[in-house]
Amino acid sequence: MPSAVDLSAVRLTIELAGLTTLILMVVGTPIAWWLATTRSRLRGLFGALVALPLVLPPSVLGFYLLVSLGPRGPLGALTQWLGLGLLPFTFAGLVVGSVFYSMPFVVQPLQQAFEAIGKRPLEVAATLRASPLDTFFSVVLPLARPGFITAAILGFAHTVGEFGVVLMIGGNIPERTRVVSVQIYDHVEALEYAEAHWLAGGMLVFSFLVLLALYTFNSRKRMV
Amino acid sequence: MSDSAYIELDLQHGWTDFGLRVEARLPVSGVTAIFGHSGSGKTTLLRCIAGLERARGGRVTVAGECWQDESRGLFVPPHKRALGYVFQEASLFPHLSVRRNLEYGQRRIPASERRISLDQAVELLGIGHLLERSPQRLSGGERQRVGIARALATSPRLLLLDEPLAALDQRRKQEVLPYLARLHAELGIPMLYVSHSLAEVTRLADHMLYLEGGAVRAAGPLNRVLTSAELPLAHLDEAETALEGQIEAHDEAFQLSYVRVPGGRLALPLTELPAGRAVRVGIQARDVSLALEKPQRSSILNQLQGQVLDVLHEPDSAQSLVRIDLGGAVLLSRITRRSAVELELRGGIQVYAQIKAVALVN
Repeated sequence: MPSAVDLSAVRLTIELAGLTTLILMVVGTPIAWWLATTRSRLRGLFGALVALPLVLPPSVLGFYLLVSLGPRGPLGALTQWLGLGLLPFTFAGLVVGSVFYSMPFVVQPLQQAFEAIGKRPLEVAATLRASPLDTFFSVVLPLARPGFITAAILGFAHTVGEFGVVLMIGGNIPERTRVVSVQIYDHVEALEYAEAHWLAGGMLVFSFLVLLALYTFNSRKRMV
Repeated sequence: MSDSAYIELDLQHGWTDFGLRVEARLPVSGVTAIFGHSGSGKTTLLRCIAGLERARGGRVTVAGECWQDESRGLFVPPHKRALGYVFQEASLFPHLSVRRNLEYGQRRIPASERRISLDQAVELLGIGHLLERSPQRLSGGERQRVGIARALATSPRLLLLDEPLAALDQRRKQEVLPYLARLHAELGIPMLYVSHSLAEVTRLADHMLYLEGGAVRAAGPLNRVLTSAELPLAHLDEAETALEGQIEAHDEAFQLSYVRVPGGRLALPLTELPAGRAVRVGIQARDVSLALEKPQRSSILNQLQGQVLDVLHEPDSAQSLVRIDLGGAVLLSRITRRSAVELELRGGIQVYAQIKAVALVN
């Protein structure tokens, strides 16, 4: 049976993934929209930056975030100046790390959804007197809904699965930064295989169900 | 200086391989066809007028209202222009029902500017039975009718149509055409109608702007452009004249209706339109033969009297094109060159045009 410590790790993981997904939907939507519609030459540069976490070892991302969020880093100076204190080894620090880490999993499905809509519906809306902002909410959002669902599911699931970034900038503090993946690692280190099985099995089932839901949803969408 | 009776265009828009250079003054009444082959710049011109594309230089003024003037850096974005736009593919919003599609534009204009009600737009296009459907469950023709009604529901001051029939098969074209003709007859909204189909233009347009290679080749009243000797239209195999006329009387016994046109009276298969109604007839050049004296005892009922303007011999062909002035309109006749020579046809001669086939096109 999972212990109280295990359950608190589960709760913390869900909080982290939920908050990260929420932030990413708000921050990622304009980034994805810009990437999908801009003709700027900077498009390639920002596209690559957003996609970087896909190929970077999480420990590398975590290391740089740790340094820049630290007392002598530029982001650290900023958070201290804002009166937020230092973020490493706090839950807030984990959220910041997760936002960077899961960014491509939210931005890319959104960008693809926006690109699939094309220019025509936007032009039609303009000739029907809708301003660009009005068009975004009345045409783009509803047409890109499958993309938003995919982005939210992937963002959430990917944040749940992170390990390297968490360990680097969160450490391993019970109730504050110890998430499920780290807790499993601890169990294995302590040779508590039975406990590790509970959590690892739970993660396996969760991840499979999420992907199953996603693929079922997407294939049904395609048939319409 | 801008005149409220005109659409004034002076646009330069260009890439290295293709440029649009259009300076034109079009009437703000009736239907003006923007005609040309693919690649002539018709759609680009329409998109520039709508503001969907921003011409690099120039001016667009519609009925005294300036929409673009690059010399002043003025560019009114498309959603602030009182226009309706019908795209080649109806482009209905797939997430909205037909009714919601129609309401989309109408809800976005101030109530004081709503001159066309939703019911009126629905009735004009005959789509009352489709309102609760989703666009995915409409035929191509129905979709295009909804697209036109959606544009009308914004009570536009100018309706722009970009080849609205081009994506439809022949049967669907015949389904939608009467509705377009009806808009022309019943609404006072000026229309710019992009097309490369002479048949559509003959049927719907009052004026024509003829584009070639991104520039204006000719502009003017339909009959004048269709019959101009300098333009290729009169020389086409399917060359056609449109004559404006008026229904004069019906003959139930012979199942005929008589239409008064310049040069005489034409008999057509009986129509339900009332006497006095203005109509347009289309006459193909190849259906017109010529006689120097009034033909007696001929089976051909339709004879118009006119004066030969000129005779154009088509190079490397047995055919000649004769242009006949009916007094107010020009009729085209395609006859063999041999006939033209044997009858000694030349400008100024009185002729009788015998017409084998006449179609009521409007």
